[in-house]
Amino acid sequence: MRYLPLTDADRAAMLEVIGASGVDQLFVDVPEAARLEEPLDLPPHQGEIEVSRALEALAARNRPAAGGVSFLGAGAYRHHVPAAVDSLIQRGEFLTSYTPYQPEISQGTLQYLFEFQTQVALVTGMEIANASLYDGASAAAEAVLMARRIARGRPGVLLSGGLHPHWAETVATFLRFSEAALERAPLDPAGADDLAARITEETACVVVQNPDVFGHLRDLSALAEACRAKGALLIVCVAEPVSLGAVEPPGAMGADIVAGEGQGIGNGLNFGGPYLGLLATRERLVRQMPGRVSGETVDAEGRRGYVLTLSAREQHIRREKATSNICTNSGLCALAFTIHLALLGEAGLKRLALINHHRAVTLADRLGAIARVEVLNETFFNELTVRLPLPAAPLVEDLAGRGIFAGVPGSRLWPGEAGAERLLILAATEMNTGEEIETLARALEGALA
Amino acid sequence: MAETRYTDEHEWIRIDGEVATVGISQHAQEQLGDVVYVELPEVGRRVAPGAGMAVVESVKAASEVYAPVAGEVSEVNAALTERPELINEDAEGAAWFVKLKDVDAQAVAKLMDADAYRAYVEGLD
Amino acid sequence: MSRGPRRPSGGPEAGPGTSVSQGFRTVSGNKGLEIEEPLLFEQGDPALSGVDLEAPPAFESRLGDVGRKGPIGLPGLSEPQVVRHFTRLSSKNYAIDAGFFPLGSCTMKHNPRLNERIARLAGFAGLHPLQPVSTVQGALELMDALAHWLEVLTGLPAVALSPAAGAQGELCGMMVIRAAHDAAGRKPTRVLVPESAHGTNPATAATCGYAVDAIPGDGRGRADLKGLEDRLDDDVAALMITNPNTCGLFENEIMEMAAACHEAGAYVYCDGANFNAIMGKTRPADLGIDVMHFNLHKTFSTPHGGGGPGSGPVAMTEALAPHAPLPWLTRGAEGLGLRETAAGEAAGSIGRLKAFHGQFGVFVRAYTYMLSHGGDGLKQVSEDAVLAANYMLAALDRTLSPAYRGPCMHECLFDDEAFRAHGVTTLDFAKALIDEGFHPTTIYFPLVVHGAMLLEPTETEPKAELDRFIAAAKGLMQRLEAGEAERLKSAPHLAPRRRLDETQAARHPVLRWRAEPAPQQAAE
Repeated sequence: MRYLPLTDADRAAMLEVIGASGVDQLFVDVPEAARLEEPLDLPPHQGEIEVSRALEALAARNRPAAGGVSFLGAGAYRHHVPAAVDSLIQRGEFLTSYTPYQPEISQGTLQYLFEFQTQVALVTGMEIANASLYDGASAAAEAVLMARRIARGRPGVLLSGGLHPHWAETVATFLRFSEAALERAPLDPAGADDLAARITEETACVVVQNPDVFGHLRDLSALAEACRAKGALLIVCVAEPVSLGAVEPPGAMGADIVAGEGQGIGNGLNFGGPYLGLLATRERLVRQMPGRVSGETVDAEGRRGYVLTLSAREQHIRREKATSNICTNSGLCALAFTIHLALLGEAGLKRLALINHHRAVTLADRLGAIARVEVLNETFFNELTVRLPLPAAPLVEDLAGRGIFAGVPGSRLWPGEAGAERLLILAATEMNTGEEIETLARALEGALA
Repeated sequence: MAETRYTDEHEWIRIDGEVATVGISQHAQEQLGDVVYVELPEVGRRVAPGAGMAVVESVKAASEVYAPVAGEVSEVNAALTERPELINEDAEGAAWFVKLKDVDAQAVAKLMDADAYRAYVEGLD
Repeated sequence: MSRGPRRPSGGPEAGPGTSVSQGFRTVSGNKGLEIEEPLLFEQGDPALSGVDLEAPPAFESRLGDVGRKGPIGLPGLSEPQVVRHFTRLSSKNYAIDAGFFPLGSCTMKHNPRLNERIARLAGFAGLHPLQPVSTVQGALELMDALAHWLEVLTGLPAVALSPAAGAQGELCGMMVIRAAHDAAGRKPTRVLVPESAHGTNPATAATCGYAVDAIPGDGRGRADLKGLEDRLDDDVAALMITNPNTCGLFENEIMEMAAACHEAGAYVYCDGANFNAIMGKTRPADLGIDVMHFNLHKTFSTPHGGGGPGSGPVAMTEALAPHAPLPWLTRGAEGLGLRETAAGEAAGSIGRLKAFHGQFGVFVRAYTYMLSHGGDGLKQVSEDAVLAANYMLAALDRTLSPAYRGPCMHECLFDDEAFRAHGVTTLDFAKALIDEGFHPTTIYFPLVVHGAMLLEPTETEPKAELDRFIAAAKGLMQRLEAGEAERLKSAPHLAPRRRLDETQAARHPVLRWRAEPAPQQAAE
């Protein structure tokens, strides 16, 4: 077998050094009653040709949105990732390296994490960021846990009705066995919910998303002030990192913690994972920030270098008092983000964002011209919501059969919710051409005729 | 000059009237290595004997500091927040952690004195 | 007379088999292929970009009044600069591709390149998670097949695929247990954990609202059965056990432990980080385990990528399955689907642990690996992994100081007894291994052994590589015996950096680059 370098001669030689007559002697501690005598009911080993054939057959049974006319968004965005990104992350020294526990031989990883942390802090307008979490939804949950630690004793957690439901549900799961009092504002397709009125002295944190799941943009400064006045923390979620090229960042609006999804920069769709959780905050809160963090220092010869630091917050030291149980981060995805953003640079990110916004404006104008289709957004970045005269899901299904992915129907994100049935959330990125927008519009017109 | 008493968790306490000063011992500091951070309690907090009251962090470890006796935190040593290395420099003097008030002098007297503590430490591995 | 290359005076003696670079300083600070590479932010020009994007025609903005007002502060670089920057960074990293990586408990095995090719097929990589399920039947089939393999390997009938990594898998397992107790109207408050456990275990238990009770070891490197039985009562929700355990040993009384737990109404959660030792040899279900997480990035060869991403699916009994996290994979007349709400059959689910469906890109790699090895291959993997670890234990048993007598499972544990007489620590020995061209073992874990060195060779090491490591360890000990402790204490000498000041990094954290120097202050 191609991944096993030991020969039978090697095995015999090793057994002799050990002083055992066979490998089964090494398994003597396995209780007899539990020893497997029969082989497992699984197929035998195969070469690359057969394995490739089997997996290509599975891949062929999918119709990838990325290759077609797609306006799917809602937390995962189709963007162009420059060729250099994938080429670089496949270098063995990145792909097959490990957590940088021995910093002297991990300066590559530690430096790119330091650069990643800086990039995340810059784009979100915050002071510091960690070296990534699993994804945006679990980053939001970790942000809530962090806020609860800081606002000791306050039970209230208030979630906006514009927060992505997967993120809201993840927060709910993480809080399930705690003393938190979770309040979820109702579905808010109009982007108008007034959370400030709901904040009390018992509120630990308020969680909003900007742009929200329906695409609305808001100035959160007033909400940030309302939180501050009551001693609550404001957590702002960002699901589309490219938006930070065109939209005022959460840090400038007064956020205390930013929880984000970094997939849109450097990482493909991959059917939902692995993605990239971003967490950024203020320096004064750094001791409560979960996750790994790379810090600058010097070596014994006075040269600048980097190490994992503030480890005493983490599970392997604090154990039950840790800031989180998290161990692994999203290293390679963070590297892809760092490389892509390095390639874009200031000018590139801003222009990419402008192009995205332009495509969405084109889409909005075109859809707004269709009878009985109501565009709900006054403001948006690259994602918007329309209300159709009939349930969106069957229409989406029908169009998908014709190779057009029209967007995410509200019933997929809020099943059973009557107010969501006729909603369709669409994203337009630099990958959507004018022709595609026209194709979609014609298909919708046809379906609604 | 008040006599210093020690707990088996390596805290020291010196009482002066009804206010006691608490820190960690020289031995504790040596075991910890370079101290990088200290988490101190809020003033006004009431503590029970043996309750976790503060946390000391070194690069590779975090240790709880326990209240030697019951009392109320009347003051915390802000100098430790700015210079945690003070604990390595002067653990039993300038690097006190908290002052406790409403402390029972009898409870303090029951703790180990310097000789007893030295013998205790030698008895540990 | 020395036959080695000429050296500047004051350097160590050259001789056959040694290499020289100390005392020789270059003008640039670079050392041949190793380049001193500044940060991205210290290079470039705002006018540059490594991406060519055509500006859109003028149009009316719909951003409202929240368009970005100021600069971001990002540097601008061309593609050649970016490629060079990251290529230079990569040359400072050790990796499995480059050499032996005996990190205990991490299972640093070879990452097959077929996995990478398959994961990048457009039919997998290009799938949006919220496409209609009718358009992703192949992906759902792959997830179902992966779950099936995990079920067969464990003997447990249900698998939740969504947890993002091992720690999330643990959280999932413990939440499922808590949900099962709640559903049955039981309110136990404690979880039993062996004192040798990994830190994620108590951290996870605390997140589920449980207090942690440590079970002492039995002196033989295993959890003490009597210690467990003494602590079991109806206030115990679960036992969290790692098997093989963090000392590299099989918990041979696990069946008795499981039986005692079940009798007391407690569940048995198994941390499956060390599953590489037992595939095809025994099944967790047969050992009495109720729920176990996997680390696909350990046992199933998906790349560690510098710290992630991972994937932590969880296998569980029929009794716990109703509480599995969303989404659930379903199979019906119309094909495979996803149940994404806690309704109907899934009403008892603990809910979501993350957005979407799990680490699909990692599933593809793990499944490719499973098909490549097959059932027979996975059994060979475990046998070779255990053989290699026992070989290291036997070969090093008079050089280093084994913590426990063998046989061990897939990893072997040493303490620092052999170093004490020479006044060096485990850390010093580890840093000396770096100079010898090896990544050190896991050090100072588990905490129950003084100066622990946990060595996991894995099954993908050629015997010659194992022998090279053994020879280097023996050579280092010989040097120690010859009185050369100072060389170890100041190691590493030849890595891209000497030892780094971790105290300074923690006392005065600098976690990002800043345009102007910020005032030095410790965080509150």
